[in-house]
Amino acid sequence: MKLPASAPDWAALRADFPILHQLVHRQPLIYLDNGATTQKPRAVIDALVRYYERDNANVHRAIHELSYRATTAYEAARARAAQFINAASPEEIVFTRGTTEGINLVSYVFTPRLKRGDGILLTEMEHHSNLVPWQLLARRTGAQLLFVPVTGDDGLLDLARIDDLLGRNVRLFAFTHISNSLGTVNPVAELCARARRHGAVTVVDAAQSAGHLPLDVQALGCDFLAFSGHKMAGPTGIGVLFGRHELLDALEPFQGGGEMIASVQFEQSTWNKVPHKFEAGTPDIAGAVGLHAAMDYLDGIGRPAIAAHDEELARETFARLGGIPGIRLFGPPGERGGLVSFALAGAHAHDVVTFADQQGIALRGGHHCNQPLLRKLGVPATTRASFYLYNTPEEVDRLIEVIRQAAGFFGR
Amino acid sequence: MDLTELYQSVILDNNRRPRNFRKLPTANRSAAGNNPVCGDEVTVYIQVEDGRIADISFQGAGCAISQASTSVMTQRLKGKTVAEAEALFGRFKEIVTQGTPDEEDLDLSAFAGVHQFPARIKCATLGWHAALNALHGEAVTATTE
Repeated sequence: MKLPASAPDWAALRADFPILHQLVHRQPLIYLDNGATTQKPRAVIDALVRYYERDNANVHRAIHELSYRATTAYEAARARAAQFINAASPEEIVFTRGTTEGINLVSYVFTPRLKRGDGILLTEMEHHSNLVPWQLLARRTGAQLLFVPVTGDDGLLDLARIDDLLGRNVRLFAFTHISNSLGTVNPVAELCARARRHGAVTVVDAAQSAGHLPLDVQALGCDFLAFSGHKMAGPTGIGVLFGRHELLDALEPFQGGGEMIASVQFEQSTWNKVPHKFEAGTPDIAGAVGLHAAMDYLDGIGRPAIAAHDEELARETFARLGGIPGIRLFGPPGERGGLVSFALAGAHAHDVVTFADQQGIALRGGHHCNQPLLRKLGVPATTRASFYLYNTPEEVDRLIEVIRQAAGFFGR
Repeated sequence: MDLTELYQSVILDNNRRPRNFRKLPTANRSAAGNNPVCGDEVTVYIQVEDGRIADISFQGAGCAISQASTSVMTQRLKGKTVAEAEALFGRFKEIVTQGTPDEEDLDLSAFAGVHQFPARIKCATLGWHAALNALHGEAVTATTE
């Protein structure tokens, strides 16, 4: 990993992202929907073009030169991903379409291991993608879903309840690292340690953290961890599922097809080694190559610096939005991920988003795939600003100004 | 475009102070509308007498376009027959999809700016779909997503 010699020149980094340099509704684009997807630096776009122009072939099966290059690039991306999250070996890295597919994979392959009366522990702040797959698993097996409560608008987990909940025959504990709707940063290592004491397997949704914070799966002590390339400057369609080797080895496959088999007969087959056992069919080779370039790009800047930068913009936004009459802020006032969610009295989130869009600011409004949580908090929809390495303090100034205008425009 | 073209004063006013915003104890028809992805919700209550809308009200929560459109609709539908209500909805759909204002109907024409925001047409028509479902005696929840 290349460490930056000094603090990054954040403003200069904007030149790496071609998409940022445009007008939207005749105003300079301010892109604050990074929680949904991030923009791509030139290095990632070039890697995709280079791969398709020079190296494109299918992996692992052919003997010709291009296939060798494609296979080498694909496996180099796997090794890079292992290094990126400090996995013990590249064999612990399964390429997926994204976080959602990674979680679905785990929930599917655990079907034969769960039975009626077993518990699956989640939290009330999970994205639908870390909720619905477990609902399906519970329906298939008769297992019971349990939830760690969220304490209120401050968006913290009720940690005092966790040991009691884990004690209810919990076999799996799935939770998010950073909440996409609240910005809460959950204490992953502590949660994994507690789960381990109760013999529960842990699944971490790192969709909102992988592109921002340094991740070390061995230090975190998780059994599975999933993230998406497109939320960390990489392409859409590629993601990573980390799984501890002995677990991946013991589990049955997810999908059947080419690539995942060792030997096939008409009636039965034997499985390839991990991780190939979990990668049926032609994978997103270009996506893996693009993700490799994204990981190199992020580490060229330094993830600790990116995390500090994004959190600082979010804290500043949180503090200054608090001065607007009729605003309700969600998530912890202290340590938080790089996003802020809020509701304005008298102005629905979709109206606020339309208002901001007309000023060139891309926000997100709605339930953020967090319907049960918003229902519990008694708010139909929130507006979210989510930051990344190319956002600037000047953009925060403009955001605050426009949200103030929206409050006046729609306000009662 | 200017935001005031989308959010005309009729819309802002009906969003701040929705008209006929209550349950209707005398209603003999009602139907809900729900766009689950965006979260807009309305329930329309109608009292039909001798084939005419004797009274109409609504309750709901959602964006300014959905709530103001339903509020304006309740004012425009009072006293209408079912056939007249259908014809009026036809005109309203033309206004929000084509952007062609109707000079004789300034309140409905306030929604002409919606046509420049294709994603918001479903907000403007949600209450209308619910009202027509209620008039047709259909118990399904309307959705325009």
